[in-house]
Amino acid sequence: MTEQGQRNRSFIRAAITLAIAAAIYEALARSGYFAPALLPTIPAVAKTLFAMLADGSIIEHAAFTMYRVMFGFGLAVVVGIPLGILMARFSAIEGFCLPLVSALMPIPSFALVPLFMLWFGIGNLTTILIVFYAATFPMVFNTWSGVRSVNPLWLRAAGAMGADENSLFWKVIIPGASPFIITGMRQAFLRAWIAVVGAEMIAASDWGLGWVIFDAKEFLNADIMLASLAVIGAIGYAFERLVFGSIERATVQRWGMVRLAKG
Amino acid sequence: MQDAVTTIGVTGAAARSQTSERLRLVARNIFPFVVVGTIWEIVAWAGVFPRRLFPTLEEVAASFVHLTVTGILPHHAIETVIRLLSGFALAALFGVTIGVLMGRSRRAEDIFLPLVSICAPIPGLAYAPLFLLWFGLGNISAVLLVGFVSAFPIIFNSWTGVKAVKEIWVRSAQSMGADDRRLFSHVILPGALPYILTGLRLGLAQAWRILVAVEMLAAVPWGLGWLIFGAREFLNTDAMLAGIAVIALIGLGLEKFVFQKIEDYTVVRWGMVTA
Repeated sequence: MTEQGQRNRSFIRAAITLAIAAAIYEALARSGYFAPALLPTIPAVAKTLFAMLADGSIIEHAAFTMYRVMFGFGLAVVVGIPLGILMARFSAIEGFCLPLVSALMPIPSFALVPLFMLWFGIGNLTTILIVFYAATFPMVFNTWSGVRSVNPLWLRAAGAMGADENSLFWKVIIPGASPFIITGMRQAFLRAWIAVVGAEMIAASDWGLGWVIFDAKEFLNADIMLASLAVIGAIGYAFERLVFGSIERATVQRWGMVRLAKG
Repeated sequence: MQDAVTTIGVTGAAARSQTSERLRLVARNIFPFVVVGTIWEIVAWAGVFPRRLFPTLEEVAASFVHLTVTGILPHHAIETVIRLLSGFALAALFGVTIGVLMGRSRRAEDIFLPLVSICAPIPGLAYAPLFLLWFGLGNISAVLLVGFVSAFPIIFNSWTGVKAVKEIWVRSAQSMGADDRRLFSHVILPGALPYILTGLRLGLAQAWRILVAVEMLAAVPWGLGWLIFGAREFLNTDAMLAGIAVIALIGLGLEKFVFQKIEDYTVVRWGMVTA
C-alpha cells in the first residue's frame, strides 16, 4: 500500500474512532441512566460553549489565566536561563545551587499553594508565584545540561579560530545549547499550564479557567465544566503546536541543530 | 619488609584521603542548606513577618518531631503513598498495555491515538472537579484521577519505545526462527524498556504532583496534601512546613531508591544505556 493510502486509512480510522466515542458518550448521556446534570449531551455542551463565547465571559476567564501563565512563565525564563548558564559555566555557582535545586524540585508546586495563600493572600500574586515555581526548575535543569553538553570540540575549534569569550558565548554555546533550552521552555510551559489550573482552583480568586471549572462543580454545571475543559485543552494544544513549533523552526531547525522528523 | 610498610602507608593514606574527599563532598552539599537555613532563621527572628506565618526552623522541627511521635504524620504519609501506588499501578498496567498495543498494531494506533491526543494536553487537575462529580468525594476519585493522568506519559513513551525498536533486530530474530511470543519477550520488550522506564518515571512524577493537589480538593480524611491544606485553616505554618518536608523527602526517595535501582537492574545491566 502506498504511503498516501496508508495515511488516508489512518485518518479515516481516527475519524471513525472519534465518531464512535462521541456516539457512545451521547447514548450514555441520553439513556437517562446517569443524571443529565452530571453527563450533559454533546449538543448541550456545545451550546454552553457558544453561549460563553458569545457573552465573552470565557474569553475574559481565559485572558486572566493567560496573564498569570505568561507572567509566571516569563519570570521563570528570565530567572531560569541565566541561572542555568551560570551553573554550567562556574563550578562555584553549580556547587551552591545544584543541591538546593535538587532538594526543591521534588516538591510539587501544589504543596506550596496553601503556604503561599497564607503568605501572599488569595489572588494573582499567589497564582503567579506558583506558576513561577513550577516552571523554573525544568528551565534551569535543561539550560544547565544543554550548556554542559555543548561539544567541547566546537569550543576548541572556535577558540583555535580566534573567537573571544563574547563571540564564543553567543555564536557557539547559546546555539549549541538551544535544543535543550527550547525543550526546557516547552516543559516549563506545560508545567506552568498545569500549575495555573490547580492554583486557580485552590487559591480561588474570581477569574480564570481553573476557577470556572471548580466553581461549576458547586452548582453541578457539568456542561460548563466540559466546555471549559475544551477551551483549556485547545489553548494548551495551540501553544504546544503553534508557538513552540514555530520557535523551533525559526531557531534550532534553521541552524541545523536537530534534523527534521522524517515524513 | 620495607616494601610492606610503604604499601600499608600508601593504602592508609589513600583510604584517609578518600574519607576526607567524601567528607568534603558532604560538606559542600550541606553548605548551601546551612546558608539558606541561616537566612531563614534571621528573617524569622527579626520578626519581619508575623511569627505564626513564618516560624523558626526549631519550631518546624519541633512540630515535625511531635507529629511523628504521635503517629499523625506517618499515618498521613502512608495513606498518601498507598493512594499514589494504587493510582500509579493502574496507570502502569493500562498505560504500558495500550502503549505497546499502539506500537505493535497499526489498527490499535489508529483507534487510540486520536483519543489519547485529545485527552493528554488538558492539565490533569482540570479533570478533578469532573471526577469528583462523577465518582464522589474521597478515595475512588483520587486514585482514578491519579491513574488517569499519569497514564498519558506512560502510553506515549511505551508507544515510542516499541516503534523505536530497530527493524533489523526484529528481522534477524525472525530469521533465526523466533515466534511471536519470543520475539516480544526477547526483542521488543527489552528494546523498548528504556523508553517504557522513562515513561513510568515521568508518570510517577506526574502522579505525585497531581496527588498532592487532589488530596486538597477531594476531602480525603488522611493524606499529606490534606494535612497541609487543613493546617492552613488553623494557621499552623509549622505543621505545613513539616508536611512539605515529608513530601519532598518522599519525592526524593522515589527518585533515588525506586527508579535508579530499577534502571540499574534492567537497562544498564543489559547494556541498553550506559550507567
